[in-house]
Amino acid sequence: MNATVSWVGLGLSLLLVAVAAGISWWQRLGLHRQILVAAARALGQLLLVGAALTLIVSRGRSIWWSWAWVAAMLGYAATVARRRAPDVPRLLTLALASFTAAAVVTLGVLFGLHVFPLTGRTLVPIAGMMIGNSMTATVLAGRRLTDELHDKRDEVEARLALGQPSRQAATPYVRAALRAALTPQIETTKATGLVFLPGAMTGLILAGTAPLQAVLVQAVVMFLVLAATATTTVVIALGLIRRLFTPDHRLSQLPAPAE
Amino acid sequence: MFEFERVTVTRAGRRVLDEVTASIPAAGITVVTGPSGAGKTTMLRLCNRLDVPSAGTIRYGGRPLDDLDPLVLRRRVGMVFQRPAPFPGSVAANLAVASPGATSDEMGAALERAALDPALLGREALTLSGGELQRMCLARTLVTSPETLLLDEPTSALDEQPKLVFERTARDLADRGITIVWVTHDDTQARRVADRVYRLRDGHLSGINVREAGRP
Repeated sequence: MNATVSWVGLGLSLLLVAVAAGISWWQRLGLHRQILVAAARALGQLLLVGAALTLIVSRGRSIWWSWAWVAAMLGYAATVARRRAPDVPRLLTLALASFTAAAVVTLGVLFGLHVFPLTGRTLVPIAGMMIGNSMTATVLAGRRLTDELHDKRDEVEARLALGQPSRQAATPYVRAALRAALTPQIETTKATGLVFLPGAMTGLILAGTAPLQAVLVQAVVMFLVLAATATTTVVIALGLIRRLFTPDHRLSQLPAPAE
Repeated sequence: MFEFERVTVTRAGRRVLDEVTASIPAAGITVVTGPSGAGKTTMLRLCNRLDVPSAGTIRYGGRPLDDLDPLVLRRRVGMVFQRPAPFPGSVAANLAVASPGATSDEMGAALERAALDPALLGREALTLSGGELQRMCLARTLVTSPETLLLDEPTSALDEQPKLVFERTARDLADRGITIVWVTHDDTQARRVADRVYRLRDGHLSGINVREAGRP
C-alpha cells in the first residue's frame, strides 16, 4: 500500500502539534508559543524546499541544478554551525572545508562506486543527510575541543613547556573531542532497528517501498552518516588546532566556554 | 643568561610590562618579586616563549629568542607552574611525557634531584600530596636536563614544611649549576632563597633592587 498524505491529513496532523503545545501550557513551561512557531516554520520551510526540489529533480533537468543546491546547503550549514558555536574562533571557513571533505569522501564512494545512480533525486537527499549530520558533529567537536583547551590550559601549557610541539600537546584533547562528537552517532548506529526505526527507512516503508529494500537504503545512509561525521570532526579538530596555536607553539587566548 | 631590553607587553590596551630592561645572570637564583598583577608571571613566560613581547628584545645566552627554535628553547629552559598540572597516569607516565626515551634509572634520578623517593614512580600522580605533586612537576622538568629553570610561585599552595623542602631542593639545583629564575610575591621567601632580587610593580622594574644577597 502506498501511504500518501492528503492536505486534509496534513491539517489533521497539526492536532499533534496542539498536543505538544497543550502540554507546555498545562505544565506552564512557557514553550507553547515556540512550539507553534517551530511547527509553522518547519512546515513552511518543508513546503518551500519541496517546491524547489520538485523543480530541481524533475525529469530532464540538468544535474548541475542539484549540485548547485548541494553547494548552497554546504554554505548554509557552515553559517548555522558558526552561529551555534560562536565561541569557536573562525569556524565558518573550517566548517566549509570539513563539509567539503566529507562530501568528497561520502559522495565519492556512493556515486563513484555506483551504490546509487547519480541523479538529482539521489544526490540532493543524500547530500542533505550527509551535511545535516556533519553540521551537528562539527558543532560538537568544535565546542568540545575549544572548551577542553580552555579548561585544561594549565595542562596544555605544561606540555608545551616540556618542549612538545603544539600538535602533540593537543593530542589528548583532540582525542577527547573526537570521541565526544562520534560517540552519539555510534550509539545511534548500534541501536538502529532495535530501539528505533530511522527516518529514511520509515519514510520509504510508508511510501510503499519493500521493507528489505528500505533496510538496504537505510544501512547505506547510516554508513554514509558515520563516514561523514568521522571525516568532518577530524578535519575540524586538526584545523582548529592550527588556528588555536600559533606557529611558534603557543596556545592563543581562548574565549570562556558558553554556559 | 637572559637579557631584557626595553621589553613591553600590552594586553587589552594595558601595559603588563612597560619597557623592562634587566639582566639575569647564569649563576644562582634570581628572584622576581612584587605584588600580584605586577607582571611577574608574564616576565617568566616570556623567557620560554609561552608569551611574546609586544616590543623590545629578549636574549638568551646572547641570542635573541626569536632566532631560537621554541621547542629547543623550552627543553633548555624548563618551567614549573604555580598550580601543578599532573597528566593522567602514574608518576612514570608523567615523566615519560617529558622524556619518552628515559629509562627508569634516569626517571628515578630526576625524582631524587627533586627530593622525591624513586619508589614513587609507579604511584598514580593524583594520589601524591600537594608538595610531592609540585616536586613531581619539578622532576618532570628535570628529566629533560634543562640548563635553566623558571619557577612561577611554585610554593604558593604549599604548607610551611613542604615549602622549605622545595626551597632547599631549588638551592641544591642552583648549586649544581642550573640557572634559576624564581617568581614570588612572598618577600620573606625572596630573602631566604635569592642570590639577587628584582622588584616589579605595575609592569615597571622600579628601583631595580639588585641585591647580591650574600647568602649565609
